[in-house]
Amino acid sequence: MTDAAYDSPAPSVEKTRTRRPAGAPAPLLAPLRDPRYGQIAAQALLISFGVLALGFNLSPLAALAAAAGALVAEYLGRWAQGRAFDPLSPLITAGSLTLLFRAEPLWLFALAGLLAVGSKFLIRMGGRHIFNPAALSLFILPLTFGGAWLSPGQWGALGLAAIAIAGVGSVVAGRAARLDTTLAFLAAWAALSFGRALYFGDPMSIPIHQLQSGAILVFAFFMISDPATTPPTRAGRILHAVAVAGLGFWLQTSWITNIGPVWALIFAAPLVGVLRIVAQPRPKET
Amino acid sequence: MRLLFAALAVGALLAPAAPAAAFCGFYVAKADAKLFNDASKVVMVRDADRTVITMVNDYVGDPKDFAMVIPTPVVLKREQIHIGRAADVSHLDAYTAPRMVEYFDSNPCRPHVLYDAAPAPTTGATQLRKEKAATRSRGVTIEAQYTVGEYDILILSAKESDGLQLWLDENGYKTPPAAKPILASYIAQGMKFFVAKVNLEAKAKAGGEFLRPLQIAFNSPKFMLPIRLGTANARGKQDLLLFTLTRTGRVETANYRTAKIPSDLEVPLFVQKEFGKFYKALFSRAVSKESGRAVFTEYAWDMGWCDPCAADPLSNDQLRRLGVFWVAKGGRSRRGVDVFVTRLHVRYDAKTFPEDLRLTETGDRKNFQGRYITRHHYKGDLACAAGDAYRRRLAQRWEREARQLATLTGWDVAEIRAKMAASGQDLKLLPKEKPWWEQLWD
Repeated sequence: MTDAAYDSPAPSVEKTRTRRPAGAPAPLLAPLRDPRYGQIAAQALLISFGVLALGFNLSPLAALAAAAGALVAEYLGRWAQGRAFDPLSPLITAGSLTLLFRAEPLWLFALAGLLAVGSKFLIRMGGRHIFNPAALSLFILPLTFGGAWLSPGQWGALGLAAIAIAGVGSVVAGRAARLDTTLAFLAAWAALSFGRALYFGDPMSIPIHQLQSGAILVFAFFMISDPATTPPTRAGRILHAVAVAGLGFWLQTSWITNIGPVWALIFAAPLVGVLRIVAQPRPKET
Repeated sequence: MRLLFAALAVGALLAPAAPAAAFCGFYVAKADAKLFNDASKVVMVRDADRTVITMVNDYVGDPKDFAMVIPTPVVLKREQIHIGRAADVSHLDAYTAPRMVEYFDSNPCRPHVLYDAAPAPTTGATQLRKEKAATRSRGVTIEAQYTVGEYDILILSAKESDGLQLWLDENGYKTPPAAKPILASYIAQGMKFFVAKVNLEAKAKAGGEFLRPLQIAFNSPKFMLPIRLGTANARGKQDLLLFTLTRTGRVETANYRTAKIPSDLEVPLFVQKEFGKFYKALFSRAVSKESGRAVFTEYAWDMGWCDPCAADPLSNDQLRRLGVFWVAKGGRSRRGVDVFVTRLHVRYDAKTFPEDLRLTETGDRKNFQGRYITRHHYKGDLACAAGDAYRRRLAQRWEREARQLATLTGWDVAEIRAKMAASGQDLKLLPKEKPWWEQLWD
């Protein structure tokens, strides 16, 4: 069976994974109604906005390097699996990386893409990958290389940026049939932020400021919404999103990391993998 | 009565990145913290979870009225508190300040340095008054009490803000009402409080005009700068200059946008004479462009060198005195010294910066500086063949400089043009063009 990240058009992502009959011609690109095109376009817009309007510390070559690394890993992985190459998923992974990841030597972007997509093919449980590819690179590389870091504050509280991310992202996530995850995560994150402020007696301007974080919105719309690494049922997804928000909030407010949700998503992934196997019998392999 | 001067937070300047390549101008002026009223300066040294903070307060007034309350993540021992030298911080300020350079159209390599003399530091002189530490329990525990240099220092922990505020009030500190919820929040987060006031006897013995910087060294995962208490003084917007000295690279804020100050821009010649005014206007405009919600990088550089140098790089001894524990004693920093300096400038109040600054060290070692360029036109004879073309280019260039300056500062463009003309940037002042036929028969 295929691995998952946006591998086929929603909403039938979960059920229509089939191998192409041997000998059938493999079109390089999926049909245009595939929601992944929208996702890629949204990411490209956000990256351009960040570079042009917000002066991101990001060269176009970095985005290309991340994409190249991801595409190479996808190509090799698919080749090893004997499946046709599909560039859309690795491009989405590279887009997510480019939105949040920063590194000084350029090759680290390529490595981030390579590691992210490579993990899809190498770290598998029950026939599917368990880690959100982009999140895995965002977790590992800054811990490993001094020249790799995340810039969660780059987006600032620019209302416009937030609205742009939210608006564009929600449409895209909606088409990917995973808006429930996104909304559950955002609701839980907001509840925790406001709850903490109430508990500490802080002014509401603090949680409001915290919620205007571009990094949180990028995470909600482009990472946790990935259908491949979230539970298959709606109840499961909401529970998962709330758990990731809770763990991420704790990691962040305990100063363990500045990007708690990404770490939480990684920590929760093996559990999701196990639950998927327990809760849903694997579809028959053809 | 005492004033509770509760703040780590002051105004800061961030350095814009200027590519050092192709630099061939001369440094003519700098814009350091003295430009900004109410600018506090904080130096933060950070490596892993080791942190050294040097706080220079901008307190102006009677020393007996001085008191400072700073939230700290841990209870500090006597050995973790130290008195630093204000001169080291001033040097760091000067080294990282936004700068003006000049080029000459004819002979760019002829030095022509107009060095703005730096005014003396204006830190307020102070006297001290000894205070008895109150022992009454208000749910406030005096964890420790030290006299360090001219300061009496109390390390407090508290269970609730009512108790802490009462204790402070009873002990002669006047706390602004807005401080109370902030104290409560810090207490709930398990923060301790570092209270410093001036010991007048020790101050008299130590002599000196002003209060020296306090330094604290501790281990904590919290790479942050508490600024919230600074907003409780209700003095309006305040400026904070935060200098970080780290090993890996540039420091930025994780919970606010960090923007680079506009840099490497050509401005008219007369700006040399009013560089301070220019930079203040530029900074204010940059702040409002970001709706007051961004932190500005004014300088990010490897400590080993500079180009142009607004001041020499700090020596190893200076760095060690500021808390850079990983450099060897003695000697001068050489190129490649393992210290990266970032200068961040924040203008903040409770509305635009509701949360403390959460900092993060990046791997970015690209050099950046706030650098502004002036160009002197060629003043010799323009009767050569290329003279007319040069005259036309000059007209375009001056117009571009005028518009650029207006955009950067919000100044009136007509006034700028008038000032430019008054300072010699006027086509009418150039040597008159000779009739073309005179050149024909030369």
